[in-house]
Amino acid sequence: MKNQYLALTFLAVVILTIGFLNHNDYYFNILNILFLKGLIVIGLSLLMGYAGQVSLGHAAFYGLGAYTSGILTAKFGWGCLPALGVAQLVTFIAALMIGLPALRLKGHYLAMATLGFGVIVYIFFKELISLTGGPSGLVGIPPLEILGKVFMESREYYFLFGGILFLALLGALHLAHSPFGRGLLAIHDSEAATVSLGYDTNRLKLIVFLLSAALAGLAGSLYAHFAMFIAPTSFTFLHSVKLVTMVVIGGVASLWGALLGAAVLTILPEVLTVFEDYDVLVFGAILVLIMIFLPEGLFKGLGKWIGQFRHKIAT
Amino acid sequence: MSELIQFIFSGLTNGAIYALIALGFTIVYNATEVINFAQGEFVMLGAMFMATFCALGLPIPLAFFLSVGIVALIGIIMERLAIYPARHASHITLIIITIGLSILIKGVAMFAWGKDPLSVPSFLGDTPIHLLGATIVPQKILVLIATLICVLLMELFFRKTMVGKAMRASAVNRLAARLVGIKVEPLVLLAFALSAATSAVAGVVISPITFATYDMGTLLGLKGFSAAVLGGLTSGLGAVVGGFVLGLLEAFAAGFISSAYKDAAAFVILILVLLLKPEGLFGKGATKKL
Repeated sequence: MKNQYLALTFLAVVILTIGFLNHNDYYFNILNILFLKGLIVIGLSLLMGYAGQVSLGHAAFYGLGAYTSGILTAKFGWGCLPALGVAQLVTFIAALMIGLPALRLKGHYLAMATLGFGVIVYIFFKELISLTGGPSGLVGIPPLEILGKVFMESREYYFLFGGILFLALLGALHLAHSPFGRGLLAIHDSEAATVSLGYDTNRLKLIVFLLSAALAGLAGSLYAHFAMFIAPTSFTFLHSVKLVTMVVIGGVASLWGALLGAAVLTILPEVLTVFEDYDVLVFGAILVLIMIFLPEGLFKGLGKWIGQFRHKIAT
Repeated sequence: MSELIQFIFSGLTNGAIYALIALGFTIVYNATEVINFAQGEFVMLGAMFMATFCALGLPIPLAFFLSVGIVALIGIIMERLAIYPARHASHITLIIITIGLSILIKGVAMFAWGKDPLSVPSFLGDTPIHLLGATIVPQKILVLIATLICVLLMELFFRKTMVGKAMRASAVNRLAARLVGIKVEPLVLLAFALSAATSAVAGVVISPITFATYDMGTLLGLKGFSAAVLGGLTSGLGAVVGGFVLGLLEAFAAGFISSAYKDAAAFVILILVLLLKPEGLFGKGATKKL
């Protein structure tokens, strides 16, 4: 954990430095989205890298958070915090309903069940027009208000989201290095061996799935207030796949890697605007190439390649 | 009554398409245990090539076989370039590779054909047929006939030919198949070709009804997958039955509940099957519980 604290301190310094030196709202907006994506991939990385399960429906949990918060505040005049609380509850119940039966079975039933769940939820966002505003989106979501403090500027959101991401990462790193996290990591290697060590693997997997859904829901609620507008297109199957890709790029069993993956896939499209519509093409190619040639992720994999190259030169 | 027949017919037509796609899923799954999430893109490619060849003025039968042949070739190339190099990787990795391929193929199609829907002429003209008070487009009947022929040919291939029997043997036990002298690798290639071809047939025959667009494959693929899971993923018969059941349920959901939610029907069924009967209707053996 010592190295982790060093890295965390470094991250905090970077977040604060950018926050105080930058005056460009456009950069803040990109980083805000990055922080929210970061929240989701932290959970997803725990699920995929440590519990060895994949969710193809995390955009739906993100969307459930966003729409519950958005509808309660915009249509029913609720306060932001109670709405966020209910949004967490909704996401939790949905995840429990999918996770509880799917994780009882061996194999990749969670992937299939979350895939189906994601498509259904997306259809409801699109068709439940009286509540969600339908395909044209939900407007009139108020800015975030916590204990009388209204968040208006991108910079204010930046510090809030940065702080939440930092805390989530701190928590996740602690979890990953706890007996619980080691239990999870063991599931990834051999489930039978983990059971024989006395772990209740079903419970471990379910807990980490619920946690990852809750984080996605939280990110969704925050996103709704930050953007003040949500539309179904942000919560598609493709979006779920994008989230999985972020984790994969970084290397599944690495929380830092997942964050780097989120950074790459959030910033890359902004930089490569030349691709316009074709960014999906580039993104599909990246996904396939990394999985075939660097299945351990970009960072670990490239490191290994460089190591082999050095070894070749030496001999 | 006439309304009911109309629903049943549109259910059977869509069901036939899902059946063909589901059959593609099971063929690849039996050969490799890979769930190929790019399956739907084969449907799209079939429709796209058909639209192109028809626009070039090729006769319909020639365009049909050319489209299906090219897509089968694409299936083989895909196996060689993307699945074979990663054959020792974990299941998650393989699932993600096929999802990536699906996005990649869709992107290339958008690049090559553009975003606008392409039209394909009906194979038998556009004069509707009246049957028991319902009005049916001849193309829909053709979809059913083509599906039945395709399914029968597959069944004959897997039951009667030596190669088909070898494929079934290696699906049951790959190592044992190797021991009796079956070369498994070319069979995997063949599985990808067959699976791509059946899906391409689905795309070709449905294209005059739905038009051909670069993004038509994803939803069809996911629904075909639901049908395959309903049928048990390993059984060809299950896949076909699953496809038709799904198509009919979807048509009834659209007719009696709401057409807005009809696309959700397939996925509600997928989740229900996973929760209640994970081995599907015709799957082999009970699913391993922990």
